Amino acid sequence: MGNLKIHDLCQSFAREDKSHLTVLDHLNLEITGKEFVCILGASGCGKTSLLRLIAGLDEAESGSILLDGEEIKGPNPKVGFVFQEYSLFPWRSVIDNIAFGLEMKGVPADERYKTAERYLELVNLTQFRNCYPSELSGGMRQRVAVARALALDPVLLLMDEPFGALDAQTRNMLQTELLDIWEKTKKTIIFITHSVDEAVYLSDRIVVLTPRPGRICKIVPIDLPRPRNRTSVEFATVRRDILDLINKNCSVQ
Amino acid sequence: MSNHTQNQKNRGLGVLAIIVCLLIWQIVAVYIVKFTFILPAPTDVFSAFMELARSGTLIRDFEESMIHFAMGLGTAVVVGIPIGIIMGWSRKLDAFLNPIVEIIRPIPPLAWIPFAIIWFGLTLYSAAFVIFIGAVFPIIINTYSGFRNVPRIFVEAGKMLGCTKNHSLIRHIAFPAALPSVASGIRIATGVAWMCLVAAELFGVSNYGLGKNLWQYYNLHRMDCVVVYMLILGLIGLLVDMILRYYIDHHFLKWQTNEVA
Repeated sequence: MGNLKIHDLCQSFAREDKSHLTVLDHLNLEITGKEFVCILGASGCGKTSLLRLIAGLDEAESGSILLDGEEIKGPNPKVGFVFQEYSLFPWRSVIDNIAFGLEMKGVPADERYKTAERYLELVNLTQFRNCYPSELSGGMRQRVAVARALALDPVLLLMDEPFGALDAQTRNMLQTELLDIWEKTKKTIIFITHSVDEAVYLSDRIVVLTPRPGRICKIVPIDLPRPRNRTSVEFATVRRDILDLINKNCSVQ
Repeated sequence: MSNHTQNQKNRGLGVLAIIVCLLIWQIVAVYIVKFTFILPAPTDVFSAFMELARSGTLIRDFEESMIHFAMGLGTAVVVGIPIGIIMGWSRKLDAFLNPIVEIIRPIPPLAWIPFAIIWFGLTLYSAAFVIFIGAVFPIIINTYSGFRNVPRIFVEAGKMLGCTKNHSLIRHIAFPAALPSVASGIRIATGVAWMCLVAAELFGVSNYGLGKNLWQYYNLHRMDCVVVYMLILGLIGLLVDMILRYYIDHHFLKWQTNEVA
């Protein structure tokens, strides 16, 4: 479950002068179930475009994306998405946000609240059950967004720089929490970031993209045992290698 | 606690201003103008009020006006919100309906009075019709812009959570997101409707009503009664707006109050 096969994926956008901007150029990638993969690249390298295609929010120009053998043609409840911006519905309380997907699925109220409570507990926000998103801090909002995406029990969780807008301390805390959730729920996670530190801390594998057009520059497996120590020598070495790789081989030609 | 006493002090200031204003009005009316036809004094107005209240005219006019108002505004809400929704949601229907709305909208509601009388006669429907015309456009426009400004991220988040059909996206995502704008449209419409009410009744589309009798007492040169009607119209307008605002903030936009306050 949660096997993703991306084959020969191309995407381009029409510019105003009618020329085409190639965003993704014949991209191939395979991700196995329960894997934590970070996609790393500078802004504008097509990371978000790739994630939106996997989510089914956009349509690819050519190529295919298969999730467990099934082609992705549109938004699919088997795929969860955590957005970079705050995406909680401000008119719904925390618990009603988490229960939203289940409500759309037609799950009866008592059952969906029971499930939602469980995910609320998973992200440690039980005492904020009835708050509205405007009453929460940025970090809490993203935790609710994670719980909301998980409540539908997707096999694949897509995360588009979800901690990008948070301060460093909150960010580190949420990374640890996310790994904990991943251990407990065993989803395939594709996580987009431009922070090397974040990618090394989280991933089983890091996919480094080259910018314009987006191609895979290198796939780096991270073999450090978890829990990883950000200040250890091994961690620093891996980090330095990846930074070198980006500077030498994976930047704009 | 100090905030509370501060509020009370400020409320005291407001009451003081009204008292001062009434005193000046009384002095000017009694000692300078000396002619109730030009400027009735507050005391004249008060006795006129007592007279009107006792005779029952005021209550009957109030009831009649509220019926006109509720019918016109109610129809405007029922018609205006769906039109605003379909124009805000579908680019095609927007392109189709927009010219019609834009051509009819600038026609002042009172310009419809002749047709209101011809179509509905001197019944309460014709007053309600003029009020409807005045109220429906602010509701359409605000609903429309509310829907146009629904952040894309809410729609996409909804889609990722299995809310993919047009009608469920409208119901569960776009409408709640647009609700603050819809609500302010209704508030604006209420104000416009109240103005149209007086004008519609005043032009004779109805036999009773606050606006109708305001004009009636002018014809009888009872300016003290005219002032009574003016003040009552103002007070009801204020009251309706206050009730509406309270109701909207506490029942529909609870989630917003934290950001505003």
